[in-house]
Amino acid sequence: MIMNRKFLTFLLILPVLFIHTRCNQGGGTTGALGASNAAEKVYIAPGEKDKYYAFMSGGYSGQVSVYGLPSGRLFRVIPVFSQDPEKGYGYNEETKPMLMTTYGFIPWDDAHHPKLSQTNGVHDGKFLFINGNNTPRIARIDLTTFETTEIIQIPNSAGCHASPYPTENTEYLVAGTRFSVPIPQEDVPINSYKENFKGTFTFISGGQEHGAMDIAFQILVPGYDYDLAHSGKGVSHGWSFFTSYNVEEENTLLEKTASQYDKDYIAAVNWKKAEEYIEQGKFREMPAEYYHNVYSDRTHSATSEIKKSVKVLIPEECPGMVYYLPTPKSPHGVDVSPTGEYIVGSGKLSADLTVHSFEKMIQAIEDEKFDEVIDGIPVLNYDAVLAGVVQQPGLGPLHTEFDGRGNAYTTFFISSEVVKWSLETYEVLDRQPSYYSVGHLMIPGGGSAKPWENGEYLVALNKITKDRYLPTGPELAHSAQLYDISGDKMQLLLDFPTIGEPHYAQAIPASILAENQVQAFPLEENEHPYAAVRESETKVERTGNEVHVYMTTIRSHFAPDNIEGIKAGDKVYFHVTNLEQDWDVPHGFAVLGNNNAELLIMPGQTETLVWEPQNTGVYPFYCTDFCSALHQEMQGYIRVSPPESDIKLTWGLGDEVFGE
Amino acid sequence: MNITGPETKTIENGGMVSRPRLSEKYTMNKLPRIIFITGSLSLLLVFTAPIWRITLEAPQYPDGVTLYIWINKLDGKTRGTLQNINILNHYVGMQEINPESIPELKYFPIVIIVMSALGVLAGILNNRRLWLAWILLLLILGILGIYDFYLWEYDYGHNLAEDAPIKVPGMVYQPPLIGSKKLLNFNAISFPHFGSLFILIPMIMGSVAYYLKRKKSVPDE
Repeated sequence: MIMNRKFLTFLLILPVLFIHTRCNQGGGTTGALGASNAAEKVYIAPGEKDKYYAFMSGGYSGQVSVYGLPSGRLFRVIPVFSQDPEKGYGYNEETKPMLMTTYGFIPWDDAHHPKLSQTNGVHDGKFLFINGNNTPRIARIDLTTFETTEIIQIPNSAGCHASPYPTENTEYLVAGTRFSVPIPQEDVPINSYKENFKGTFTFISGGQEHGAMDIAFQILVPGYDYDLAHSGKGVSHGWSFFTSYNVEEENTLLEKTASQYDKDYIAAVNWKKAEEYIEQGKFREMPAEYYHNVYSDRTHSATSEIKKSVKVLIPEECPGMVYYLPTPKSPHGVDVSPTGEYIVGSGKLSADLTVHSFEKMIQAIEDEKFDEVIDGIPVLNYDAVLAGVVQQPGLGPLHTEFDGRGNAYTTFFISSEVVKWSLETYEVLDRQPSYYSVGHLMIPGGGSAKPWENGEYLVALNKITKDRYLPTGPELAHSAQLYDISGDKMQLLLDFPTIGEPHYAQAIPASILAENQVQAFPLEENEHPYAAVRESETKVERTGNEVHVYMTTIRSHFAPDNIEGIKAGDKVYFHVTNLEQDWDVPHGFAVLGNNNAELLIMPGQTETLVWEPQNTGVYPFYCTDFCSALHQEMQGYIRVSPPESDIKLTWGLGDEVFGE
Repeated sequence: MNITGPETKTIENGGMVSRPRLSEKYTMNKLPRIIFITGSLSLLLVFTAPIWRITLEAPQYPDGVTLYIWINKLDGKTRGTLQNINILNHYVGMQEINPESIPELKYFPIVIIVMSALGVLAGILNNRRLWLAWILLLLILGILGIYDFYLWEYDYGHNLAEDAPIKVPGMVYQPPLIGSKKLLNFNAISFPHFGSLFILIPMIMGSVAYYLKRKKSVPDE
């Protein structure tokens, strides 16, 4: 392992780079002509539609927001790992199981990397996957309903950052551990890190089919911090790559201790080889509890399954499965070019950008050009795998995407800019400032085998906005910036605030998704056990102190809308079915004093709200979604009597009153 | 005359010439029947397409709410159309449109099948007067059908609930038979649809057959 302290050299060239970047800051969209030209490029006239759907992760908001490009208009916020009182997600009985884990009900996570499903390396528009970093999970979003429909927990992981980065045909989603811990967990001193802490690479199968996600296998690896990932494509199909930092294996003051070595590793995993080892039975079955939560659009409910074990592969027992590629200075992003040949490692503390060659890597493996072997993982010789170096492109490189025209675009957090460079010559071609401190960037299709339109737009996802917008107290919006990259020089077009942290994003041509949107759920396919699919099926049933109300909504009334015979201390389940079958006619449901959220029920759907009235009286309930001209009239009453009262359970609508 | 004499003789003796004449006569006699029977059968195609369509246009419904009226059913451009129309209609007190309670949707198909069968029978019987009767009967049935449709429209448009949420004095909600009409916020557009062609086509084909047969039968007599 090379341990020279090149950090000093890095500090010495800092001023040089600073001057260099300053000199280049004149190239933005200045002048009235440039501005109006940019305005034309992002203007979508009223009633016209955007060209792309963009899915931006909310980072610590635990959600995904959907924008249009090039307009930057927000269309929807999809709750994934976070409860959303607006939609009742995680509050209604149907979706609560979605947020179940072995740690219990977790109503939040840090949602980082949205990744679209792929077929032959091309975004197919079926699903969007996103990882939860804090309590390791991967979620599936159905792109016909824009709903979270599946969440799988990742066992033997204490931080799921290098995820989900699907393989070429979504054979697998991957998950590398950002934080190493004892595996299996045990009570050990923290400073026994080097001997006890381990990381894992998890391969999750079933990505192509709703409800089918499963932990195919895990690979137990040295206890570094595995930061980001990308799966190979084209020539490198069958491999997945993971960056690491903290190969120093330190457990305190990492900003210093984990920045000491001048090279960390990119792990290259031959998952086809791993499949062979699984088939040969060379795995260890390890006990590991994890949740698999699946939502059905027929029962309109989620169910949880607890799984009990995983197959674990140990590199020492499985030669040829994992290799390490030395990469300078704590690489963050690892990005694979559209052909699959180039693997760009962004050493975030390095002055240069490192590009590895897949072909050379295979050759180095054949020639056994190993510098050393760590826990059964050969470390390939740096010079043997290096394709090229982009010399001093900027400061703090993080992520790279591609335009399909032979160019790469890398973000620089410290120098706050996006840099365009050539994959052929490794020369910097252009640089544009970002406002400020860009993290990920996204070119529609730019991380896949097929960047759409050969690279038309680039979105920079910024962590800091400072003075960019009207100030809003101490907490400021993060931002996304849209650049036109169709020409030789990048042009900044638009700058718009985002929800939460726009950590990473994906975009896909609107034409691929728009036609497939579900408008209403067919009532005749509603399999919810408490559904009332016509008003004649509505009723109220009591079992002990549990009361089940089978209720329906239609413009502009509830059925039933008068209920008597509820008693203080009852647990009342409102199972509300929206009988509408028309697009864009949801109904809401809220009841006075409910310690919960509302329901927002899509046409044909059934949702359940639990209400536990403590005091006697008459309580109104009403529709919260402005559904029709007589929306205000869409209301009803529930009478709550003392527990000892002999008021009969009755319910009705208009002249019709029914009873037990 | 003498010159033509031997020629006439040749024709009488030569089977080669008289056979095509027979064959031609045969097809010429057969053709009207083929047209008439085909026309009668094509009446059955009325089941393959709606016979009428009514579209309601309003700002909130950029694609319109389109109701299709078939000979045997009602449906819409989307699955929820009929329910949607009923929801909209209930605000002004219109009755619910329930296909189950419209007997025409049950007996009109029988009328069509019977008419088609009668047409085929008339074709086989090869009786010109029967053909004319069949054409006139179909025409009368068609007119009655449209009149019946008008009555339903009239009833839906005028027979309004007393306790309707929205009551506009003097307002009736009868959609037009053909053409468009503004009904509060909706523009109602009503026109025959493709299915109607399969009532019109048998009439036209029947008439053509009738005409051809009459022309042919003069020299036959």
